[in-house]
Amino acid sequence: MSLAKKYPKEIKQIMAKYPPEHKRSAVMPLLYLAQREEGYVNRDALKDIAGMLDMTETEVASIVGFYTLYHDEKAGKYRMQVCTDLPCALRGADQFLESLCGNLGIKVGETTPDGLVTIEGVMCLAACDKAPMFQVQGPDGIKYHENMTVDKTMELIDALKNAGREVK
Amino acid sequence: MSHVILRHRDIPDINKIDVYKKNGGCAAFKNAVTKMKPTEVTDVVKNSGLRGRGGAGFPTGMKWSFIDNNNWPHYVVANADESEPGTFKDREIMECNPFQFLEGVALASYAVGAEAAYVYLRGEFWQVAAILDEKIADMEEAGYLGDNLFGTEYSLHIYTHLGAGAYICGEETAMLESLEGKRGQPRVRPPFPPSVGLYGKPTIVNNIETLTNVPMILANGADWYKSMGTADSAGVKIFSLSGRVRKPGNYELPFGATFRQLIYEKGGGVLDGHPVKAIMPAGASSSLIVVDDKVLDTPMDYVSVRALGSELGSASVIVIDDTVSIDWVINKTIHFFKHESCGKCTPCREGNYWMLHLTKKIYSGETSQADVDLLVNVAKQMQGKCLCALGEFATMAVVTGIERFPQDFKKVAKA
Repeated sequence: MSLAKKYPKEIKQIMAKYPPEHKRSAVMPLLYLAQREEGYVNRDALKDIAGMLDMTETEVASIVGFYTLYHDEKAGKYRMQVCTDLPCALRGADQFLESLCGNLGIKVGETTPDGLVTIEGVMCLAACDKAPMFQVQGPDGIKYHENMTVDKTMELIDALKNAGREVK
Repeated sequence: MSHVILRHRDIPDINKIDVYKKNGGCAAFKNAVTKMKPTEVTDVVKNSGLRGRGGAGFPTGMKWSFIDNNNWPHYVVANADESEPGTFKDREIMECNPFQFLEGVALASYAVGAEAAYVYLRGEFWQVAAILDEKIADMEEAGYLGDNLFGTEYSLHIYTHLGAGAYICGEETAMLESLEGKRGQPRVRPPFPPSVGLYGKPTIVNNIETLTNVPMILANGADWYKSMGTADSAGVKIFSLSGRVRKPGNYELPFGATFRQLIYEKGGGVLDGHPVKAIMPAGASSSLIVVDDKVLDTPMDYVSVRALGSELGSASVIVIDDTVSIDWVINKTIHFFKHESCGKCTPCREGNYWMLHLTKKIYSGETSQADVDLLVNVAKQMQGKCLCALGEFATMAVVTGIERFPQDFKKVAKA
């Protein structure tokens, strides 16, 4: 189903934010909409957005490629993105990331075997006073988790697993 | 002293519009629109001595007065792309004291004649954007945003716009490109945004903390604001304290408070009682300061910090103690800048790539003094050759780290 058919209300709200003669400004919010369900922007969605905004598919793809929160490949349902920049690293973020991966039996960039969580190292998330911390990018947007420990993170992963079951 | 910006720490529930209004909120905006000329608003801000809080410290009222009145419409863009490692003040403002920030956007918009304003938030601030959307709706319902405000001809709409993970979009022209639906790459300046900004129209881009000062300045007057801080750096500043301290966090202090007050009185001192070895006063972009007693007693204002061979910037104070080696620090900062270079200017794109290669080698100890010299050489070749400041910022910690902490780069000479 095309994006326009799937999200008519959301698209109308997005387009209303920008002058009609500058509708290209809507490309970023539309891309968030496009990756809401699958966690990445598929080829059909690229085409839909290009059509809606009078852009070429290549132009839309260049936006996906430039910004780190858009993805063109499938990963886990949730992307757990741990900040390891200087201020967080001064408070143990590297060790946190390493032990988290050890506990899950995967490496940075990999996904748990059940397809639930992909662990990524990311750049500063503006929460330097609450390290170790990460954000979870999933179907409902992005949420911050601050002052974390590996134990608390494993509990969160369990909760995400169970939340998935309840929906089914 | 009560807070000027972080007022939620004194007034519970100030994030509710009724409470905000009860504490004088929105009155400055109503008064401005109904009783003041736009230029009068700009003059008050100019006289207050308010300078931009995003890092550059440019006088805010002067920036507003540069708006080109021969080209319409005008726009205001609030820069909520806060992404500098060590900076985390704007998020607290928007989450906890959102109406004061939004009233600041409204006052700036009225001052420069903008009827549409965008709040450009970094994509990671998804939850913050949701909060602001709610608060904007509250202000519309209460009659402080919308068409023909207070029965005048002035109309104003504020919209949020989420970025999607790119430090470079904090640079104002890259932000405008991004808002126009393009890759966030800086423009050639001049022309500057007050002449040619969003959609080619005159645009004022201000930081969140800067704008949040404005309602208080309009309510209490320029002299009140100038009575705080120092002659050169008026008013209060949020200092984001991070790194090896006991109590990291945001602390609002008048300009001129010392590093010692921030780190020891507010921050509780260094973890495990270690001495402070280095300070990065402006996040990862800082020139490193070698710390001694004299440095700790230096007032934190634009002029005094510059005299230490660094910049106050956004006042994102990263504390480094004697358990940390500076070769590790610069490997961390370059890892960041290499990732965040937008790729437009060759010296920045290629220079950061090579600096990361070298800092990694140096940190892991598989190298010689020649690599340290080469690193300095690469850094110096980048300086002054890029369209925006990122290429410059990336080299700061590298050059000053090697120059000011030579002992931390000696181990490689033996290898």
